[in-house]
Amino acid sequence: MIAVAEPAEPAADAPTILTLRGICIGFGSRTVLDGVSMSVTEGEIVALLGPSGSGKSTLLRIIAGLIRADRGTVELDGRPIDGLPTHRRNIGLVFQDEQLFPHRTVAQNIEFGLRMQRRPGAERSQRVAELLALIGLPGFEGRRVTDLSGGEAKRVALARTLAPAPRIVLLDEPLTGLDRELHDQLTLELGRLLRESRTTAVLVTHDRDEAATIAGRIVRMEDL
Amino acid sequence: MSARDLNRLPRWTIAALAAPAIVFVGLFYAWPVVALIHRAVTAEAFRTVVHDASLRRVLWFTAWQAAISTAATVVVGLVPAWLLARYEFVGRRWLTALITVPFVLPTVVVGAAFLALLPRSLDQSVVAILVAHVFFNVAVVVRGVGGLWSLLPPDLVGAARTLGASPWRAMREVTLPLLAPAIEASASVVFLFSFTSFGVVRILGGPSHPTLEVEIWQRATRLGDVGVAAIVSIIQLVVLGLAVLWFARIQSRHRAAIGLRPVANRRAARGRIERATVATLSVAIVVAVGTPLAALFERSTRTNAGHSLVAWRAVFGRQQLASARPTAASSLDPLGSLFTSLRFAAVATAVSVVIGGCASLAIVAMSRTGGRSRLGRALDTGIMLPLGTSAVTIGFGVLVGFSVAPLDWRAAPLLIPLGHALVATPFVVRVLLPTLRSIDPRLRDAASTMGASPLRAWREIDMRVMVAPLLTGAGFAAAISLGEFGATTFLTRQGRATLPIAIEQLLARPGAVLHAEGYVLATVLALLTFVVIGAFEGVRSLGDRSG
Repeated sequence: MIAVAEPAEPAADAPTILTLRGICIGFGSRTVLDGVSMSVTEGEIVALLGPSGSGKSTLLRIIAGLIRADRGTVELDGRPIDGLPTHRRNIGLVFQDEQLFPHRTVAQNIEFGLRMQRRPGAERSQRVAELLALIGLPGFEGRRVTDLSGGEAKRVALARTLAPAPRIVLLDEPLTGLDRELHDQLTLELGRLLRESRTTAVLVTHDRDEAATIAGRIVRMEDL
Repeated sequence: MSARDLNRLPRWTIAALAAPAIVFVGLFYAWPVVALIHRAVTAEAFRTVVHDASLRRVLWFTAWQAAISTAATVVVGLVPAWLLARYEFVGRRWLTALITVPFVLPTVVVGAAFLALLPRSLDQSVVAILVAHVFFNVAVVVRGVGGLWSLLPPDLVGAARTLGASPWRAMREVTLPLLAPAIEASASVVFLFSFTSFGVVRILGGPSHPTLEVEIWQRATRLGDVGVAAIVSIIQLVVLGLAVLWFARIQSRHRAAIGLRPVANRRAARGRIERATVATLSVAIVVAVGTPLAALFERSTRTNAGHSLVAWRAVFGRQQLASARPTAASSLDPLGSLFTSLRFAAVATAVSVVIGGCASLAIVAMSRTGGRSRLGRALDTGIMLPLGTSAVTIGFGVLVGFSVAPLDWRAAPLLIPLGHALVATPFVVRVLLPTLRSIDPRLRDAASTMGASPLRAWREIDMRVMVAPLLTGAGFAAAISLGEFGATTFLTRQGRATLPIAIEQLLARPGAVLHAEGYVLATVLALLTFVVIGAFEGVRSLGDRSG
């Protein structure tokens, strides 16, 4: 059975973190997003559900600042950030195919964001160890990311995104490409992880089960 | 014994295919090198080299100009590499082809183009040499680095950006380290070319800036210092050998690098800034490639009395030429050099295609005997050796090796195109081998089950597939022969000058009309090179379409 979660009422006092107003984008003559508006409050996990090609990933890229919308505004904590380059936004993104840096070890991947924040080495190693414990891969620091299994790579990608403590985490089909059993197990784990770390997150998926298990609120792309 | 062993080509066929290459390389490469060493190893010559301060200066200049040329080429090349690897736009393929143009141009033409373009004050300066080297070699970086860059997922940079890296930081931390194998490989190729640069330096450097190559030529032909020249050649040979070994090591590391998927990583430029960047860079590339070539043509029409086609008429109408300048006419026939070049190119192409084609088939057939064929690899390496040797050393070696009985062939006109073929054959083999190796052995097995003998199966399958790359190889071979300067300069005789030789001689002589004639020949040689490569590619693509 498919468990469709009731849209969770955001806590009355929770502040709005992310607001999208009238986002439009087209590629050539094809309109991909036409006036998308939505908002996400602190601690909320929202799933964007839609078939492939519905512009879910594009929307995440606009929020992260990797592409610019043709029209519309992205607000973070009430301030428009459309002119802000990606690296100043403090928005994390877990890519569909992980995009781990192949020339760096697991630890070097996870600490990348901390290095960008100029955190001292000791603090970085401590945080890496914590995150590796959290994702169930303790002692993986020195591994080459090219040697990781599919499930391990997905976990490391999540840890890398969480490490610099972004204001909001975007997840772009983070669990596709795994076999059924591993997929279901990781779905549960990911939901637990995000809730326990009180992470505000937007998850993009085409899988209703996955959306229902992880997210507190499901938004269909066609309703936006 | 497996079925594949049973059905393989008879041994005598393989031996027969390998024989021409072995004889050819043995006679025209190995023997000259042996002769060179034999000639070089005298105590007298060694003493001279060790105590010759001017040689040390030449070595030092050769090394540093090559290092700076390489660094500049890499920096300049990364920009178009990025543009072509990351963006999809109208004319992208055309632009890629355009960037390759300088690389297929003969070095003498590149030298002449910058002699035409640069102001007097920069003629015969180091700057002119460096700029010409960058122009000539930039395609190596664009092709090499751009090829890898287009395979890197752009999201890797995106990931770095979302983790707080600025564009510049993401470039330094992610893109450049991942491109490092390709950058190193291209850089070592550019270094090799710049280190052994001869045509460009002869034309642009003048006597004040000799590289090792120019020094070998000067000592051997101008100063009659054959022993010293031979030792310098051997030194050059050793340096290049080490560089090639290092290059091979980098390449094997390259192959072991991360698995990359060829996916659609190019996208259209979005927004005003990106579109303006793409447009500006595209225009800049067209201007950078086009300006020296335009200057070449412009100077071919320039005389003291303004612009006219005097020089073109002088080159293509013999009568006028003889009366106009009797001194030059007695030793140099510009139009004749065109026909000499065409004749030599025809011979060199035929020889390198036949020898290279047979050798490729032999190499592939040998490695089929079980995958680990030492013989096949040895043959492959042997054919490649001339590529890792400077053209000047080859020319000098041939001159020394064939100057004593019973091999006194110095004056044989065939020696020049055979030298060209020696340089061109490795290219034919390199173009052929990947195609031949990619033939699924099961195709041949299938043919055997339908009653084809191994020889028949091989003729039906391998020979058919070979046609297209063979045409590409032929185009390369013809272009190489037309532009060859380093080896030819040792073997040329009066009345038998090729186009590059004639160009260099005309540009080195005083007189505006003679210079204009040199530029006429350089323009003709550039056009001829395009036509040759284009024609063979055209025939090839016709074949691709029909097949």
